[in-house]
Amino acid sequence: MLAALIILPLIGAATCWLIPFDRLRPKVLSLFSLAHFGITLRLLIVTPPESPGGWFHLDALGKIVLLSTSTLFLVCALYSIGYLFYRQERSNRALCMWLLVCLSAASLVTITHHLGLMWVALETTTISMAPLIYFNRNARSIEATWKYLLICSVGVALALIGLYFLAYATIVARVEPSLLLDDLIRDAGKLSSGWVHAAFVFLLVGFGTKMGLAPLHTWKPDAYGEAPGLVGALLSGGLVNLAFLALLRVYQLCLATKEIVFFQNALIVMGLFSMVMAAVFMARQADFKRMLAYSSVEHVGIMAVALGLGGKAIFGALFHILANGLTKGVLFLSSGNIHRSYNSKRTDQVRGVLRRLPWSGGIFLAGFIAITGSPPFAPFISEFTIISSAFMQGQMLVGAIFLLSLTVIFIGMALTVLPMVMGEVPADSEKTAYRDTFWTVGPPLALLLLMFLLGVWIPEPLMTLLRDAAALLEVPQ
Amino acid sequence: MITLADQLLVLVLLINFISLGTSRLIFSIRAVAVQGVILGILPGLIHPFSWHLVGITTVIIAVKGFVIPLLLVRAVRSAEIKREVEPFLGYVPTLLLGAVFTALSFGFAGKLPMLPEHQNYMFVPASIATLMSGFLVLTTRRKAISQVIGYLILENGIFIFGLLLAEAMPIMVEAGALLDLLVGTFVMGIVINQISREFSSLDTSRLTSLKEE
Repeated sequence: MLAALIILPLIGAATCWLIPFDRLRPKVLSLFSLAHFGITLRLLIVTPPESPGGWFHLDALGKIVLLSTSTLFLVCALYSIGYLFYRQERSNRALCMWLLVCLSAASLVTITHHLGLMWVALETTTISMAPLIYFNRNARSIEATWKYLLICSVGVALALIGLYFLAYATIVARVEPSLLLDDLIRDAGKLSSGWVHAAFVFLLVGFGTKMGLAPLHTWKPDAYGEAPGLVGALLSGGLVNLAFLALLRVYQLCLATKEIVFFQNALIVMGLFSMVMAAVFMARQADFKRMLAYSSVEHVGIMAVALGLGGKAIFGALFHILANGLTKGVLFLSSGNIHRSYNSKRTDQVRGVLRRLPWSGGIFLAGFIAITGSPPFAPFISEFTIISSAFMQGQMLVGAIFLLSLTVIFIGMALTVLPMVMGEVPADSEKTAYRDTFWTVGPPLALLLLMFLLGVWIPEPLMTLLRDAAALLEVPQ
Repeated sequence: MITLADQLLVLVLLINFISLGTSRLIFSIRAVAVQGVILGILPGLIHPFSWHLVGITTVIIAVKGFVIPLLLVRAVRSAEIKREVEPFLGYVPTLLLGAVFTALSFGFAGKLPMLPEHQNYMFVPASIATLMSGFLVLTTRRKAISQVIGYLILENGIFIFGLLLAEAMPIMVEAGALLDLLVGTFVMGIVINQISREFSSLDTSRLTSLKEE
């Protein structure tokens, strides 16, 4: 079953490559994503035992990320049926193929417990997204692709040397040399602290770059801004979570060594810095997709702070994987529709969206309300848990900066979003062939409803899963 | 064998300085290719003979010494550029910085505990110094090709460290890392071609349309 998660999307990628018809490919993509989602649900219910040797093990943390990634992929695949109908001017072969390759690598990240293999899979997801950011084939998208590729590759390379340091620490300590998470956790006490400390610094910088934590976030606005909406959704809702999972693995390791306090403090500092940076750049943003990118910087910051706080905030961080990932899907997919309709993503040209596109505009507005942490949507629950945990632990300063950033971001985002959706469509606005259809509105709407549902009621199995996962990250007394 | 391996590592460090100090792109690519071949030979000097080792050596020399440099040379030829002009930071300052980083990495490596059998080698300082040199090239040069060269040097630095743990890392991970490097460079090569077509130059400082106002 675990193998099917990896192999099935690869078969799909090959199929997409072979099919000569542009109209058929998104349907194949959807079919394979649906099958992947089906397998994911089955794996969540009937979890296979750890593979011999311990390389593959779907634990609670992996399950959460897998569930969120697979759901988002399915929604994006369905959306692509409608979206690519409006993008018939160019072939979608590369897009559909690389999406499925990325899905395969993403699944591998979630199920493996071998840090080296996880690194390879993570790097594969980075590379597979590069052609997708370059989908529009113009000067701006090539610039974004170059920045993305270079910065992320360097980041992931730094993570690799961090892993090498860890492996060498096991050799120096004369324990069984290994990069298996479970072995490392077992032997963590014996590892030399010099190497482990250096390793954690490199791993934090490396995975932090891939995740887009400030000050390593500079590729993010460009890549998210230039990529098509559905690629932006997958970057901000999918790949970010995979990098976060990698950080969670490092965190698990830190718990077993004496380095945890240092790592937690580093996470809090980087997280708060990300939130402040996002708050500064969010205001007066003239491009609504770039605005969403800064929102993504904010939310990886939130997750990092929560992880750094520990305790109850861990639950918030884990729930935020789902809440942020899927809400980002809502926002990027509906913003893709708006971009298609106005043929512009500048906020001075895009006005009166609610009049022109009542559905997409409404979903975008609701998505904005959800992502800024307003009830009754899911991100409210995670953010509220994190803030209350900060104050309960007596981390007043952290809580205060956190709250202040959230407020500034809410105002900054509202100043961009409200004029966009309200008001009249400018008379000189470009007329395009785009109309809201079932396939372009249905997928983000479904996600939005899901976010609403999770905001008012968390089903018992999901609650159990989140608790199990949080237990893996608890600081031992 | 210790002395030979160390001498080769000194050569690796010298090549870092060549790349830091030259403006000729083809020359720089060749230097990195030589570095790749040296890296291919090194495992044979510190590990006992095995067919696995022969396989690794062949693959590394082929990929780092020939395939990637050829890809880059082709990109340079097709873009018809010869030199890196006006780097963000001049050659003399980068060389000096490179020297400082190399000295620092020897200091850093001295602080970390090593296995007795690795004590006499300079793998760790060479690795970190190469990593830093790659990072310097990457951040101070304007041309996309130079940045890719920097990335390759950075990867070489990581690879040197990897030699210390050939036993700990199963072959699958090594192969995967190498494959990623190859694919990554390949994708970058394609992007370089697109940049030169779109901007009719490989100057990444022209990529400024996305600057934050």
